[in-house]
Amino acid sequence: MSDPVEDGNGFGLGEQDAARFADVLARYPTRRSALMPTLWLIQDRDGHLSDAAVTWTAAQLELSEAKVREVISFYSMYRDRPQARHVLQVCHNISCHIMGAQPLLAHLEGKLGIRRGEATPDGEFALEGVECLGACGMGPCLQLGKHLYEHLTPERADALVDGLRRSDPPRPDTDRDLED
Amino acid sequence: MNQDQYRILSRRFDRRDGHRLAAYEADGGYRALRRAVGELGAVAVREEVKASGLRGRGGAGFPAGVKWGFVPQGAETVYFMVNADESEPGTFKDRFLLDYDPHAVIEGSAISSFAVGAKLCVIYIRGEFGWLIDRVQKAVDEAYAAGYLGRGAFGGAYELEMIVHKGAGAYICGEETGLINSVTGLKGQPNIKPPFPAVSGFLGKPTIVNNVETVAAVPWILEHGATAYRKFGTEKSPGTKLFSVSGPVRRPGVHEIPLGLPFREFFDDWLGGMADGEELKAVIVGGSSVPVLTAAEAMEVALDYESLATAGTMLGSGGMIIIPQRCDMVELIQVLMHFYWDESCGQCTPCREGTGWLHKIVQRLRRGEGAPEDLALLEKVCEGMAGLTICPLADAAVMPMRSFLQRFRPEFEALAAGRRATEPDSRWAREIRS
Repeated sequence: MSDPVEDGNGFGLGEQDAARFADVLARYPTRRSALMPTLWLIQDRDGHLSDAAVTWTAAQLELSEAKVREVISFYSMYRDRPQARHVLQVCHNISCHIMGAQPLLAHLEGKLGIRRGEATPDGEFALEGVECLGACGMGPCLQLGKHLYEHLTPERADALVDGLRRSDPPRPDTDRDLED
Repeated sequence: MNQDQYRILSRRFDRRDGHRLAAYEADGGYRALRRAVGELGAVAVREEVKASGLRGRGGAGFPAGVKWGFVPQGAETVYFMVNADESEPGTFKDRFLLDYDPHAVIEGSAISSFAVGAKLCVIYIRGEFGWLIDRVQKAVDEAYAAGYLGRGAFGGAYELEMIVHKGAGAYICGEETGLINSVTGLKGQPNIKPPFPAVSGFLGKPTIVNNVETVAAVPWILEHGATAYRKFGTEKSPGTKLFSVSGPVRRPGVHEIPLGLPFREFFDDWLGGMADGEELKAVIVGGSSVPVLTAAEAMEVALDYESLATAGTMLGSGGMIIIPQRCDMVELIQVLMHFYWDESCGQCTPCREGTGWLHKIVQRLRRGEGAPEDLALLEKVCEGMAGLTICPLADAAVMPMRSFLQRFRPEFEALAAGRRATEPDSRWAREIRS
């Protein structure tokens, strides 16, 4: 089996992530069951899952590349190509719809100058309509990376986009003021 | 009425430190696990939970203790999985438990794992809850460090490994066999039952899958006893239940109520009625998959499994969606049909094709391109889906579709007669590809 740190084909995890990968393998009962956490490990670092990442993962977990690719394509959060720097995912399901998800999406389309499903030419922003994010009582909402922005209004959406452009975004609503 | 007296599961939701081990222990946390392992033993724990009548809080409402009893006697390897894939539209209760009280979920999971003889517990959290995955992992690390998890816990009286597994965006993984397949490293497509997971699940071994809210109730039940738990709720629907409420009411959010509470009282006293300028039109009581009720029907129901079944709907996940008068019901059902079409895993033809057809027909009606026959066609498609697939996703689409059509038929008829919906639906992110 190839070396998890560097597979000789230009793809490798590096020391730190290789240790995390070893930990995943130790905790999951079969190599195959380590597939999802392994894909997350790579995507969290690279932003997407490249062909080289698929080849590497398949070799490490003793799976065919097809078995890795079918998992990547089944789950909506795995990405097989590079993404915009900030992907704004607006919930368009029923509760957020009732509370104004469509006007919010339209507002963001105007603000960013793109339509949903598109990215800005500079690769900074992408806008997507997505299914329920589990913030139904706090809608309309959007997901950005690990966090949610809730109770959105056109003003709060503008403040978010402007803040991201300045690399100083407002604090997400799910980043609560809890004691550490 | 003092609503706080019903706060069993939500009693730490207002605290800023409830997620930390020290605060949880100071509040009596992990005493129930210690007692389960040190005093009671697995059989007594199972009996106590069975006696409490605690029912599965994910949606199906199956008694938890009975489900645990399906694990074959003497099974050597058993797995326990906690379903935190909370993805049913309208549902956001488990998120609060994981956020504000992760140790209650961990302790409940540990006790439940002990009760069924599992030495590996997987907490499956939907991928969109990125911040929660970090929080729960941190709490699990704390529990390991304190000796509640791992090998040699409580002086070697039991052992349990706990994995926090991150999903990656698939509603279907909330179905227990889909969830198990996902943890296996496969697409999250459900399996036909039987065999039930309690007999043959993860890696072919007996596996119990319980919802977050179900396991979170277990420590309280062991601490206070089944009889105390049964003081809340009704004979057949004992205990309290979290309802996550969305829509334009005065107090949306997560509320804990004794089962059997009349909707009218919940609506007036807990939710404070409709927000200013809004009027109640309809209520989806238990998540997007259950049949909708008109405002008048809702005002007559009580919030427990049996009363809601009698009223032609279900308690489901407790994801209550309040629909105001200003909403166009055909537009809302299009939103839902888009969702089920998007989330159908694709393995059963009636679901894969049927959800798309339902969305397409509703879309056509809203574009003013429908015909009067379309209403009968919607019903016919539903008939070709209900009960004919491996898992309940097809039924989950059919139940809202049929109930919207039945209870708000004039809105569909107006469109079928050629009226065009007020707003064009070009705003759909994904068009159906024919």
